Amino acid sequence: MSDVTVRVFRGDRNGGAPVDYKVPLTEGMVVLDALHSIQAHQAPDLAVRWNCKAAKCGSCSAEVNGRPRLACKTRMDSLPLDQPITVYPMKTFPLIKDLVTDVSWNYRVNAKIPPFTPRPGVEWKMYQRDVDRVQEFRKCIECFLCQDVCHVLREHHLQEEFGGPRFFVRTAGLDMHPLDGVSRVAMARKELGIGLCNITKCCTEVCPEEIHITDNAIIPMKERVVDEFYDPITMLVRKITGAKST
Amino acid sequence: MTSKYETHENDVLIIGAGGAGLRAAVEALAQGASVGVVCKSLLGKAHTVMAEGGIAAAMGNVDSGDDWRTHFKDTMRGGKFLNNWRMAQLHAQESPDRIRELEQWGALFDRTDKGDILQRAFGGHTYKRLCHVGDRTGLEMIRTLQDRGVAQGIDVYMECTITGLLKDGDRIAGAFGYWREQGRFVIFKAKSVVIATGGIGKAWKVTSNSWECTGDGMALAYDAGAELLDMEFVQFHPTGMVWPPGVQGLLVTEAVRGEGGILRNKNGERFMEKYDPKRMELSTRDVVARSIYTEVKEGRGSPHGGAFLDISQKPAEYVKRKLPSMYHQFKELADVDITKGPMEVGPTCHYVMGGIRVDAETTASSVPGLFAAGEAAAGLHGANRLGGNSLSDLLVFGRRAGLAAAEYAKKSTAPNIDNAQIEAAEKQLLAPFERTTGENPYTIHQDLQEMLQSLVGIFRTADDLTRALGELEKFKARAALMRVEGSRLFNPGWHLSRDLRCMLTVAEAVARSAFARQESRGAHSRIDFPKTEDAWGKKNQVIAKKGEAMTLSEVPVREMPAELKQLLAEDK
Repeated sequence: MSDVTVRVFRGDRNGGAPVDYKVPLTEGMVVLDALHSIQAHQAPDLAVRWNCKAAKCGSCSAEVNGRPRLACKTRMDSLPLDQPITVYPMKTFPLIKDLVTDVSWNYRVNAKIPPFTPRPGVEWKMYQRDVDRVQEFRKCIECFLCQDVCHVLREHHLQEEFGGPRFFVRTAGLDMHPLDGVSRVAMARKELGIGLCNITKCCTEVCPEEIHITDNAIIPMKERVVDEFYDPITMLVRKITGAKST
Repeated sequence: MTSKYETHENDVLIIGAGGAGLRAAVEALAQGASVGVVCKSLLGKAHTVMAEGGIAAAMGNVDSGDDWRTHFKDTMRGGKFLNNWRMAQLHAQESPDRIRELEQWGALFDRTDKGDILQRAFGGHTYKRLCHVGDRTGLEMIRTLQDRGVAQGIDVYMECTITGLLKDGDRIAGAFGYWREQGRFVIFKAKSVVIATGGIGKAWKVTSNSWECTGDGMALAYDAGAELLDMEFVQFHPTGMVWPPGVQGLLVTEAVRGEGGILRNKNGERFMEKYDPKRMELSTRDVVARSIYTEVKEGRGSPHGGAFLDISQKPAEYVKRKLPSMYHQFKELADVDITKGPMEVGPTCHYVMGGIRVDAETTASSVPGLFAAGEAAAGLHGANRLGGNSLSDLLVFGRRAGLAAAEYAKKSTAPNIDNAQIEAAEKQLLAPFERTTGENPYTIHQDLQEMLQSLVGIFRTADDLTRALGELEKFKARAALMRVEGSRLFNPGWHLSRDLRCMLTVAEAVARSAFARQESRGAHSRIDFPKTEDAWGKKNQVIAKKGEAMTLSEVPVREMPAELKQLLAEDK
């Protein structure tokens, strides 16, 4: 088989530029295989995260030909091979080196979300139909591609006010757990700024786990926010009783 | 005196953030210890996420006849009675509670019609015993433990590699390592240390293991004076992908067979009828792996040198629901629709039954203050591990390690850090940068993988193993002179140069132990000694460091109490 040109961003916080590498194409090759070939034969210090090589750990996120994807799941033969294949780091996160970015912000947001808290005295019985929708959310491999593509983070840099799709998925998963006894609706509204999402569904499009992020997690959470904070009857009750909205 | 280095201090330091490490962290924290967890990757990416099929626990939700005794018997039989009986007993007794605990921390397993945790069949298990979430059980487990640990307040040191354990006299004092991001060195001072670093598969060419599985913890413990046990027992999982080349070795979960998958050779014969007519596809992994290997070797393999594994007789919707990641993995990476046709599979280096020799109750090694759990420790699985017993191992012994390490820390004073140990470690780590000539670590690694694959594989001989030991000496010489290019900033070549040293240590331990065991048992198959020998069934082998040399000795298998012997004798 022939050689392919892979154009990989090389650089660190002080700047960088793409570098072209010729890589021999093999059958069934994925972009991560090409990066490994570059490491082994041309640039041993090329920085790229990876672990499972099977789309189960979400480590090898990058922007391939401009699209956020898992390098381990992107087949070379699904891309036009007559032109260079570009591989860039995720743009939304600060660069560390080459394809490795600083994703620590995600871990800080995650730590703010109240964990699963079972209702007191609950009986540990659950039925498949009740766990199905939460199991969809728990498929998340934390590749952060949804965070990378979300324009609230990518273009508007609202990291301080906005949690991003990954954490709406986690929050929804906890709130919809059949035995959970805590509401995270107020936190989704305030700390995670769910109102800033204008449901363009970019996150859903790039999710390698095919989680229906917008339809099944974000919209239901937005509806809960509306029910709790903007429902006219609730607002009236609040006015009469003098209870403050949180 | 150590101001030159960034220093962190915890009562308990846990190395590794897979299932065992996180479970240990949660327990040590619950005991009131301050806990640090250090891991080579980002939190939540450890190899446990790759575990697919399920967690074995005799809960009896599907088959009510199940109980710990049956699980114990299955585990001992699967391990060909080389197991530490006490570990097998504790494991079988405690697994159900560990599963219930996960559920109480938010894990969502697949359900039975009655609303309980669903359990599936697996090789070597008498009853339907594996609690699971489709085929992504490991992810569910790691996310649950990670969330629990973070919410409770563990300190997590991510993307940090430990390169050596520090000692204060005989006892453990902490660990030394570097941040992968900046290449800066760092000291972790701790009263006790738990090794939970997982396996060694990355030393072989065809493996299901990730870059992290380089035997670090075993090599660290060995260098610190701990013993390694049963290192000859390396499990080749029968079903890894064989095509395309980039995914060769990638795991195909045993759940495919658990859900009814059938193995056939190129002539369409269901060959397991020949090798294990009773248990067929759900025979133990050692048997199925050897069967596939033999079919291929005798010319009955599939086009890419494997066997056919077929689940397409089941309804497509069922396959997609119970084995979703297998469906996607084959569809996207191999252009195969497993609901319509068979997969091609072959053996892949998957797991090591051997590891750090530990006490059954406490997971303590022979070095005071050093504990080990999970794949890095030995004893539970004997000569061969049953599928599903790994995840339960992580939970049961991860918890016990956290408990014992926290208790040890409570009773001990703060250790002293010895600067000389750190300076020596630093010098060794930086040496490859200073050389102007020398080989690239990737080349040496690749050659090592080829060598182990061909000389220390599924079937072994004295000739091959002797050659392997000779080759390993050459590899050590090459590694001593390797050269690393670039800076210390996130440099995978440099990282590999250090991981390679660990792989060389464990590879030598495997080859020495395999050479000495002149019989075939479980995952250890000697062509020149094909029989299972009673005399060898009474012995485990121990590797230890004496001066600079690796030594091997035999120790008697621990005697079982009469009531357990009785249990095993009952239905022979």
